Amino acid sequence: MQKHFKHFFFIISFLFSANFLFAQEIAQTVIDSTKTGNEAKPTEEKTFKPGDVILNHIGDSHEWHFFSLGDFHASLPLPCILKGPNGFEFFMSSKFNHEGIDNSYADGEGKIIDGKMLPNGYLMNEHGKISRPDGASFLDFSITKNVACMMLSVLLLILIFTQIAKKYSTNKNQAPTGFQNALEPFVLFVRDDIAKAALGHKAAKYTPFLLSVFFFIWINNLLGLIPGSANVMGNTAVTVTLALFTFVIVNLSGNKNYWHHIFAMPGVPIALLPILTFVELLGVFTKPFALLIRLFANIAAGHIIILSIVSLIFIFGQMSPAAGFGSSILSVGFGLFMDCMELLVALLQAYVFTLLTSVFIGQAIEEPHH
Amino acid sequence: MELLKPELGLMFWTTVLFLLLLFILKKFAWKPILDMLKEREEGIATALQSAEKAKAEMALLTADNQRILNEAKEEKAKILKEARDTYDKIVGEASEKAKAEAAKILAEAKRDIENQKNAVMVEIKNQIGTLATDVAEKMIRKELKKDGEQMNYVNQLVGEIKLN
Repeated sequence: MQKHFKHFFFIISFLFSANFLFAQEIAQTVIDSTKTGNEAKPTEEKTFKPGDVILNHIGDSHEWHFFSLGDFHASLPLPCILKGPNGFEFFMSSKFNHEGIDNSYADGEGKIIDGKMLPNGYLMNEHGKISRPDGASFLDFSITKNVACMMLSVLLLILIFTQIAKKYSTNKNQAPTGFQNALEPFVLFVRDDIAKAALGHKAAKYTPFLLSVFFFIWINNLLGLIPGSANVMGNTAVTVTLALFTFVIVNLSGNKNYWHHIFAMPGVPIALLPILTFVELLGVFTKPFALLIRLFANIAAGHIIILSIVSLIFIFGQMSPAAGFGSSILSVGFGLFMDCMELLVALLQAYVFTLLTSVFIGQAIEEPHH
Repeated sequence: MELLKPELGLMFWTTVLFLLLLFILKKFAWKPILDMLKEREEGIATALQSAEKAKAEMALLTADNQRILNEAKEEKAKILKEARDTYDKIVGEASEKAKAEAAKILAEAKRDIENQKNAVMVEIKNQIGTLATDVAEKMIRKELKKDGEQMNYVNQLVGEIKLN
């Protein structure tokens, strides 16, 4: 009992510290914005803009920013890989000016853009996106913060599960212990309640994919809860890709029965068939689309809510310091509650995505039974 | 909306990283883990089955033991009965034999007694005869003078003395 309490206390204190770190980051943004505001347009820019802060957090970035203390910015520059008119180019994001206020360039339409233009024509705009003022098209394969976080998660998963696999062979036919014991219920859950429940005797073929998706989403959701970390699953590019995997697997494993139900639904009058086929074909695409939107929206929304709650402190703080302190108590309470919710959502969304993928595959490989 | 637009670069890296994760985990984690889990489950299932079998065998064995015990009990009773019968027989035989022996001894004793009695009777007859002769001699010596008459008379007297 005491041990459980200790664990609980650890989690709570970790979540509390998470709130404070978020708050610290936002506070720094406030200070920065006030500072730059004072220099440029003193009256307008002084206000704290929670929308900008939140969207900045939700979006991707070319550097990994941990925290700022005054003028000191603890951030890790990430590699930029660009395929432009001059071919592939590789450089660190630190080449773009971090402060971003020294050099101004006029773009093609004569608009003034803040930032340092690189000799090869790339520029980082005010949203932290790489652009080309000359309007030339280019492809951005940079290792962004999301990619870096995903790499970390892949590395972690490989380390964790190869270690566990090793333990299975050393502790052969013995009760699981330690970390192996902690994760075995989840592996069994995916295998039995997600894969076998929907796929029956064909489950073994798809179980590795389902397990990988489940743990990939879960660990990235959990990593996303750490302040300063990336918002991987709250990014449409990531969820689109995962849903594409589902789409490809579902339609590649679709049997005759599956396609028959799409193009010629049995027992339907010929006159209605075109309409139904259209609806069914639409369904082929809407199913994975719903998957990607659900995952993205849930995770992004969780981040937005937590950031909004923390932002409240600074909105009130701008009215009066007393209101800021007062609201901080409330915000920390709510933030803590949301963090706990997000821990649950992290697992739940991994489960929902994996389960629905399994169900869709199950529908595609279902044998006709008349 | 900027937030909803998927970026190609991130999609590319997600694909690469996820495929990498999938292949590495499939080969080095999921396969061994799932195989081991299956093996363990099968091991547990067979262990349970064999336990069930052992239980059934045990029950069979217990029943067998009971049967053997019952048989042994019956055997014991039988042997005891036989022993008692033999005892009774032996005792009966012995007493019969003893009785016969006793009867034989008794008969012999009776015969001996008879023989001895007869011998004693003959002796007594002889003795009495002698005695009577002596007595008659003495009496007749006085009364009878003639030897012939005397002797006849004596013999007549002796013949009359028949003790048995």
